[in-house]
Amino acid sequence: MAIVFQKPKALKDTAFHYCPGCTHGIAHRLVAEALDELDIEGKTIGIASVGCSYNSYDYFACDMIQAPHGRAPAVATGVKRSKPDNIVFTYQGDGDLAAIGTAEIIHAAARGENITVIFINNTIYGMTSGQMAPTTLLNQYTTTTPYGRIADHHGFPINVSEVLAVLDGPAYIERASLHDVKHIKKAKEAIKKAFTMQIMKKGFSMVELLSTCPTNWGLNPVEALNRIKNEMIPQYPLGVFKER
Amino acid sequence: MGQRMLMKGNEAIAEAAIRAGCIHYFGYPITPQTEIAHYMAKKLPKVNGVFLQAESEVAAINMVYGAGSTGTRVMTSSSSPGISLKQEGLSYLAGAQVPAVVVNIVRAGPGLGGIQPSQSDYFQSCKGGGHGDYRQIVLAPSSVQELYELTVEAFNLSDKYRIVTIIQGDGILGQMMEVVEFRDTEPIERPETPWAVTGHENKRAQNVITSIHLNPAVLEQWNRNLQEKYNLIKEKETRYELYNTDDSDIIIVAYGTVARIAKSVIEKAKEEGFNVGLLRPITLWPFPQEAFEKVIDRTKAFITVEMSAGQMLEDVKLSVNGRRPVYFHGRMGGMVPERDDILKLIRDIYGKSA
Amino acid sequence: MTYEIIMAGFGGQGILSAGMLLAHAAMLDGKQVSWLPSYGPEMRGGTANSSVVISDEPVDCPVLNSANVLIVMNRPSLDKFESWVVKDGIVIIDSSIVNRDITRTDIASFLIPATKIASEMGNTAFANIILLGKLVKEKNAVTVESFRKSLYEVLPKRKHHMIPLEMEALEIGMNYTSA
Repeated sequence: MAIVFQKPKALKDTAFHYCPGCTHGIAHRLVAEALDELDIEGKTIGIASVGCSYNSYDYFACDMIQAPHGRAPAVATGVKRSKPDNIVFTYQGDGDLAAIGTAEIIHAAARGENITVIFINNTIYGMTSGQMAPTTLLNQYTTTTPYGRIADHHGFPINVSEVLAVLDGPAYIERASLHDVKHIKKAKEAIKKAFTMQIMKKGFSMVELLSTCPTNWGLNPVEALNRIKNEMIPQYPLGVFKER
Repeated sequence: MGQRMLMKGNEAIAEAAIRAGCIHYFGYPITPQTEIAHYMAKKLPKVNGVFLQAESEVAAINMVYGAGSTGTRVMTSSSSPGISLKQEGLSYLAGAQVPAVVVNIVRAGPGLGGIQPSQSDYFQSCKGGGHGDYRQIVLAPSSVQELYELTVEAFNLSDKYRIVTIIQGDGILGQMMEVVEFRDTEPIERPETPWAVTGHENKRAQNVITSIHLNPAVLEQWNRNLQEKYNLIKEKETRYELYNTDDSDIIIVAYGTVARIAKSVIEKAKEEGFNVGLLRPITLWPFPQEAFEKVIDRTKAFITVEMSAGQMLEDVKLSVNGRRPVYFHGRMGGMVPERDDILKLIRDIYGKSA
Repeated sequence: MTYEIIMAGFGGQGILSAGMLLAHAAMLDGKQVSWLPSYGPEMRGGTANSSVVISDEPVDCPVLNSANVLIVMNRPSLDKFESWVVKDGIVIIDSSIVNRDITRTDIASFLIPATKIASEMGNTAFANIILLGKLVKEKNAVTVESFRKSLYEVLPKRKHHMIPLEMEALEIGMNYTSA
């Protein structure tokens, strides 16, 4: 009998600890599929960050480093500069990448560091139980914006892809979404393209993935997916922001 | 005999690192150690190495974490306020057991402080400036020649124990020039690095560099393993110099630049009929407790001299453990202890015991 | 013999480089040496000083708070360091800039209008070398030959064409006698 669906080789046979309806699992799978299809797992070094995916090395089968909060792009830089023939990626959430790690991501992008960044934007700090993130939408309720995110007090969401795309360093920046099959397929192509850019030594590549956090959003999985479509995409439009 | 060169301390560190096979350097500018970065920026591209100016001290130490994780010899350097920023990274390096050499050319604090020499980072380096139960080897050279030799040694120690080694200098040591005599070949010892992340190439199991263990029992065991390693280092790698301590009445305990000043005081004291010796810790951690056991029966008192409010003093008191009086002379803020003041303290102590 | 030498003046007068040349020359003579600069924002315009120790023995202490030779190129430096000179020590003063002589009687001074002479030679940058010339003459701290060699080893190649003039400046300093 022909096998038509199985776990990618680059994912270990370990059950995810992620909440029901969380799209981290899908994002992991897409990255692993890209590593398999490009046949690069053996020379890949992944950098896990701080957040729900802190232990993504329990899932990815490639060599991994666990980085301090926000510092994954700097750690990746150290790896890539000492092992330029390896494939290096970071896997970071919005608190990690766009708040405490803003300096690291901007400068890695500006240097055109030849690494791939997988950026999970779910508008919230998941692991620490639902605080405001830089990407939290206006009026969104979180545990630290119990009356909603108010621009006058909390400021505005950061559109990371657009911000990085104005730099000369990045070779490829795309924002994709994980809210339905059609978009998941597109996200997969974006991730594969990002790694391909790295293989071709084109420089910095990043894929921002609009993701869910049903637990901290207080929504069921289906409602959470709908929220991406109805509330997130208007603030975070999908598409390619930089390609060279 | 090797090549002799008149060199700045900072340049000697950089040259030593390259000779030790460290061709990856990540750093951020701060006085008084920038000559290290300048030297690396000039030399590393010529030996197929990498010099990268990081966007921050925080990024620099994390680049070191990344490069060290691949088993590559790597170094960063900074001065006190910059080293404070690196503490998070140093704690991770300790927890994940990633070897690296970190240079601290100490300046006076607290806060932005000043740029003049100081030894007020002793606590930070030796007692753990970052979070968690960890240690790092701290080497305290006192001449430009020793900056060179101990920097080479630092890489060997880091690799041997998978630990961070700090070269703890001060603004004077970094800025001054002395003659360095280079060896023709360096005594490089590099163990295999089967733990490093280099890509498994489908030939071995996955390697993971991490410091997180959410299961308390697992984390306690991890800590026990670290402590075992630290104890081994204490046993094997403690270094110090004893000078004129065979029958001296008073022993000055001082390291780095201050040990040089102390040594010249010993000569002057001799002219006045005072017999004074020097105990110079070369490893600040592990602190050379055993040196005190060697000399304590033969001496009447100790004087600790530091460019601080009395940081090493605490370790000296712990080592002496009440058996002899321990006097202290310290200067702060970038001021340097003067020979006459130390001499005056010696006269006072002799006066008391006479 | 141990020479503990402090050179002091304004930043930009070549205080640090003169000390470095001296230390390098002494190394070539087979001596033990150390050179310690003041460092920091005073690099240009402010005050600068360098401490040079030249000895037959290993240098105990590179940090000076007394000296047997003082070379000063501005008034504040003379005011600050005159009291640091040990008995029978010497002070060499650029008298075209410093408007006073020493006040002590237990030390000796040499007044040379070094900046003025250097200016007549076409470049005030030679003033520091003229003052070093006096030190070489009075104290034999380094040999002339080693000093020449140190110029070749320390100065970048693009400045080597100046070396004959530097040596001329050294000679002028060595032979200068105040009127």
